[in-house]
Amino acid sequence: MAVCGKGLNKMMFSLSLLRNLRLRNERFISTCLCRLSPHEEPPKFTPPSKPVIVDKTQTVASLRKFLSPEFIPPRQRTDPIKFSMERKDMIRRRQVLNIPEFYPGSILAVTMSDTNAAGKVSRFVGICIQRGGTGLGATFILRNIIDNQGVEICFDLYSPRIQKVEVLKLEKRLDDSLLYLRDAMPDYSTVNPDMKPVPISPTGEVPFNDIKVRMRPKPWSKRWERPKFYIKGIRFDLSLTTEQMEHAQKWAQPWREYDMLKEYDTSELEEQIFNEVQQNTSK
Amino acid sequence: MALPLLSRSLAGLLVESSSITHQRTFSVSAVAAAIQKMTRVRVVDNSSLGNTPYHRAPRVIHVYTQNGIGKVGDKVLLAIKGQKKKALIVGHKMPGDRMTPRFDSNNVVLIEDNGNPTGTRIKVPIPTHLRKHEGEYSKVLAIASAFV
Repeated sequence: MAVCGKGLNKMMFSLSLLRNLRLRNERFISTCLCRLSPHEEPPKFTPPSKPVIVDKTQTVASLRKFLSPEFIPPRQRTDPIKFSMERKDMIRRRQVLNIPEFYPGSILAVTMSDTNAAGKVSRFVGICIQRGGTGLGATFILRNIIDNQGVEICFDLYSPRIQKVEVLKLEKRLDDSLLYLRDAMPDYSTVNPDMKPVPISPTGEVPFNDIKVRMRPKPWSKRWERPKFYIKGIRFDLSLTTEQMEHAQKWAQPWREYDMLKEYDTSELEEQIFNEVQQNTSK
Repeated sequence: MALPLLSRSLAGLLVESSSITHQRTFSVSAVAAAIQKMTRVRVVDNSSLGNTPYHRAPRVIHVYTQNGIGKVGDKVLLAIKGQKKKALIVGHKMPGDRMTPRFDSNNVVLIEDNGNPTGTRIKVPIPTHLRKHEGEYSKVLAIASAFV
């Protein structure tokens, strides 16, 4: 009896050891159990757990609460039915085409069919420099430098020609419109077309890039130092003198921010439309 | 009509006189306009005529369209190195339709009178909607290195 108890103890010990080992290394399943206790029955075979392979190159669907900005109608006298009908169409399009969450500053790849070459598709990779338009007419501009030639394409987000929209790098920048990259040093808008997607965390904050760009010498396409653009992502100290910066402030309209007629609080509307979109997509 | 021309020529004079001192701080041509007469363009093929440096940038002196406005696929006449030469527009700064590329410079490819390209290679990407003119400029499309 005592011997039997000892054997059982030994058995338990070896089992716990084995479990520990297994925890440390999945593959290390030893066959020494039989040798340790030859009189006992071999324990029931338990197959090793299936390995979970996480493919980091695949972008996962975002779990963040995000409403694409084109869903929010502009403040105007147009009949709201027009916008609700457009919203319905947009949701139907989104059920076919996966339009991910992205911001100006994110790097995107868009695959679109070519109308002039039948059966062919073209893929354009670039940094999103602006999102514009509301409703079905929403657009975004991608910019890249190919063979030392700056190229921009303005895509219709809901165009039937678009076959795939991939986010290669999800990122936010200091400004909502990065049109000043046209006048910045070319390396700020150069994107490798064979870029691999950077893994995105489906929850939490969107990565924020607070890079400030160096500009080419003047003339620029616009006077970016003027207060109406209110650009934070340019290093003006490298290209303009303090006198020039002060001179630009001559066009400032600091009373504008206190104009209550221009206020447009969309938070309630956003909530409402978000719920509507959620309901219709789950249908 | 005469005033902008005059101002442009004045600006050109100013530029030439000050080109030795330092880079100019003002732009002398409209930024986002289609190609018209007197537009300075960039030759993007590898022809020797378009690539040897010259003190005067190639300029458009005629656009072969009904309205005198040149877009992608239109033929223009260039004043280049003191010669007259025909060229094909293969990209401009002015934004066109949605889903078509917009370039950072006004690009042309030199062509002979019969439509054959002068160079043997195009160094920059070419818009795909130039393929609409496939029959006419198939030889130009054949020497392109990339399409966007």
